[in-house]
Amino acid sequence: MARFAMVIDTKKCVGCMDCVVACKTENQTPEGLNRDWIAYESIGKLPDIQMEIRSERCNHCDNPPCVDCCPCGASHVHELGGVVLVYQNKCSGCKACIAACPYNARFINPEGYADKCTFCIHRVETGLLPACVSVCPAHCMYFGDLENPESEVSRLLLSRKYHSLLPEAGTKPQIFYLV
Amino acid sequence: MNSISRRKFLKIGGATIITATALSGAAKTVVKGAEKLNKQKIKGIQKIPTFCDICFWKCGAIAYLKDGELWKIEGNPLDPLSKGRLCPRGTGGIGAYNDPDRLKSPLIRKSIRGEEKWVEVTWDEALAYIADKMQKIKKDYGPEAMALFSHGIGGNFIKHTIKAYGSQNISAPSFAQCRGPRDVGFKLTFGEDIGSPEKTDIKNAKCIVLIGSHLGENMHNSQVQEFTEAVGNGASIIVADPRFSVAAGKAKYYLPVKPGSDIALLLAWMNVIVMEGLYDKEFVAKYGFGFEQFAAEITACTPEWAYAETGVDVKVIRESAREMARYKPATLIHPGRHTTWYGDDAQRSRAIALLNALMGNWGRPGGFFYPQSMDVPSYPYPEYPHSEKEKVDNPGKKYPFALETLTTGIREATITGKPYPIKGWMVYATNLLHALPNEMETIEAIKNLDLMVVIDVIPSEIAGWADVVLPESIYLERHDDLNVEWWREPFIALRQPVIDSPNEQKPNWWIAKKLAEKLGLGSYFPWNNIEEYFTYRLSKAGCSYDELKKNGIIPGAKQPIYFDEGVPAEFPTPSGKVEFYSLQLQQLGFDPVPKYKRPPEGPAGYFRLLFGRAPVHSFSRTHSNTLLKQMMDENEVWINADIARKYGLTDGQSVKLKNQDGIVSNKIKVKTTERIRTDCVYMVHGFGHNSKGLKSAFLKGASDAQLITKYTMDPIMGGTGMNVNFVTFLTEA
Repeated sequence: MARFAMVIDTKKCVGCMDCVVACKTENQTPEGLNRDWIAYESIGKLPDIQMEIRSERCNHCDNPPCVDCCPCGASHVHELGGVVLVYQNKCSGCKACIAACPYNARFINPEGYADKCTFCIHRVETGLLPACVSVCPAHCMYFGDLENPESEVSRLLLSRKYHSLLPEAGTKPQIFYLV
Repeated sequence: MNSISRRKFLKIGGATIITATALSGAAKTVVKGAEKLNKQKIKGIQKIPTFCDICFWKCGAIAYLKDGELWKIEGNPLDPLSKGRLCPRGTGGIGAYNDPDRLKSPLIRKSIRGEEKWVEVTWDEALAYIADKMQKIKKDYGPEAMALFSHGIGGNFIKHTIKAYGSQNISAPSFAQCRGPRDVGFKLTFGEDIGSPEKTDIKNAKCIVLIGSHLGENMHNSQVQEFTEAVGNGASIIVADPRFSVAAGKAKYYLPVKPGSDIALLLAWMNVIVMEGLYDKEFVAKYGFGFEQFAAEITACTPEWAYAETGVDVKVIRESAREMARYKPATLIHPGRHTTWYGDDAQRSRAIALLNALMGNWGRPGGFFYPQSMDVPSYPYPEYPHSEKEKVDNPGKKYPFALETLTTGIREATITGKPYPIKGWMVYATNLLHALPNEMETIEAIKNLDLMVVIDVIPSEIAGWADVVLPESIYLERHDDLNVEWWREPFIALRQPVIDSPNEQKPNWWIAKKLAEKLGLGSYFPWNNIEEYFTYRLSKAGCSYDELKKNGIIPGAKQPIYFDEGVPAEFPTPSGKVEFYSLQLQQLGFDPVPKYKRPPEGPAGYFRLLFGRAPVHSFSRTHSNTLLKQMMDENEVWINADIARKYGLTDGQSVKLKNQDGIVSNKIKVKTTERIRTDCVYMVHGFGHNSKGLKSAFLKGASDAQLITKYTMDPIMGGTGMNVNFVTFLTEA
């Protein structure tokens, strides 16, 4: 079984939003609504400021509250790689998943269903990288299988310090930020 | 395929049209219309290579059509600039096609200039109108009275038409409002400028110093790719900037330098490196000229002295200087790009050049490489008419080291009529009202014109002042000149249409050719179609047009780019060496070694206005792009959190900015932040549009250009220092 994950090197990320634009064109997301975004976090006062820039999206959690709470069976874990997806035709647009997601990763598509990052599973299943990863001019995003110890993502997590978002929420997020 | 050395051909930009002997028997054939692809809506995916035009970097791209409709654009993996990855603007290129505000048809104004009231006309009517006025200008004032402002490779053919008509008064803001001081500072020191794309060997640098340059926000693709690669490889980053930039977040040393004191910091760095004997002694001994005099001049410029000017901690100045020396020669002090700040910019750039020289990094990995290019012969055109008059922009060589034509010099001549009158402006793809300082002067000049033409894809502010507006096809709909690039490895790139223009838009080559024909200059365009032009040039270079169409790129053979690889270590300065002490500056009354002069402060309660770039926009050209406007649809004014508290300003609140001359901006949102000094504010350039045609960007954010009423001329090269304006906050609606 594969376990897909994304590793993002915050040391290299410049927050250029290419990942956001690429997702928009690849997945034709509605105007003004995005499946990924850039977060800035800075602390301190000049000249001693620490800043982290992150490309964020659905964390494709191992313990996804959006799936547990879905009354329609629309939110589900895909058979490949543990990717969290939504069956658009089953979704009633009730927003329970939006309330349950601690990462604010979902929105209601104007067509009525819950929408979010799919890890570009349509690309991954044909051997391509997710659109955001494939365009990143900073080369700061990595995608792969954590079950494979030889994968780039596995090796990066072994060799570098990293964190994930809101680990205390118990969701077991699968996006890791190298620091 | 041959390569020619850069020094034989020091020219910025892409392929340049050079006059040669006329083609015998050149037939004059009427072109029926611009290229139409007449693509049927082919089912499935089509991939067509081209190169990007959302900025001027010219990254190789592959456009995807899905069922005949534009879908997405990716980088072309064969392209040495993008290496298969575009920047967000390139990825968002589709949004330029869908832009609802695009110019759709040729327009002739029907009321006074600037009122933006138009009549739609045919191309024939528009071009006949322009040709008629141009002939009258030529008759009354001579052809030199026609000036062209042109930015980017797209303008190559209209430049050719204007030269054929008889004028050399052709300019772009990219010199006097942007990289001019840098290129002059380096040329005075090393005998060569920096070029574009820059020949900075960022990816191999072990220490990178950025002075106000905000790579990552300033999204020149190859530069950013190499910068992040260097960061990933553990390069030591040093950033001096009044604002804690994205790059500052990657820095080992961040120096929040007081705006305008950069030369003091540079002199102090060099003082430490020279006094402690940390410079590359072999390089300096072998290639340096006037080092002893230089060293003597900077003895007093200690970190202690610089602290009072820059506000940067003495220890940090000293340690960061030693850090640079530790990694020499693989230490790169980046020359920057937009360098027109305070009017002493050529000297600041010279100080940057000298600090690089102390690192001994010229022609060496991690410093500056020697870019190579392929030898693609120019098309043989008739010779341009000879003019008795010098160019209008710099009479008496007032700015002795101006390497290129000065936009502001043409503007001044248009206002004063001296040294001779300028009566016609043609403006291609550059929004002069946002690019030149003091927009009232630009408007005053326009009022003196007999003819004002704008060729563009969107109704920019400058288009609003035109007599005739010509709508150009966007890059995805047109061919442009070949890009014969100077880079690490030489290559040729093709821009080719992937989809038809939706309305009456036409490519520049077609506009330039048709106008030339109307002017009786058809012999200057002996080819019928641009593909004939490509085929001729490529065949002379031994290359295949079919291969170029298919791949978008023809790579050339790799050539030496470093001294160690065989590039001769020659410095085309007067001394033939790296000039630590510049006699040519001294002879004209300038400082032979840069000196620091404190720039004037603003009035009490005013803050220095700084501006820069966002990664998702180019100049003032992309704010109506349907994708990029979703990424950032207005700018913010960055205000230090303590200052904001003092003025009772909260994050997200709208304010207006008033400058020292009483000019009041449009509303702009406040970003309160710790990431900027207390004596300045910052905004992203280009927003605050007031062109009625730009409906989706109209009055969103504020225009820095509007607030830049004051500018300080660089006496060496005629650049316009623009960071000399100060603003305060108006909170009332």
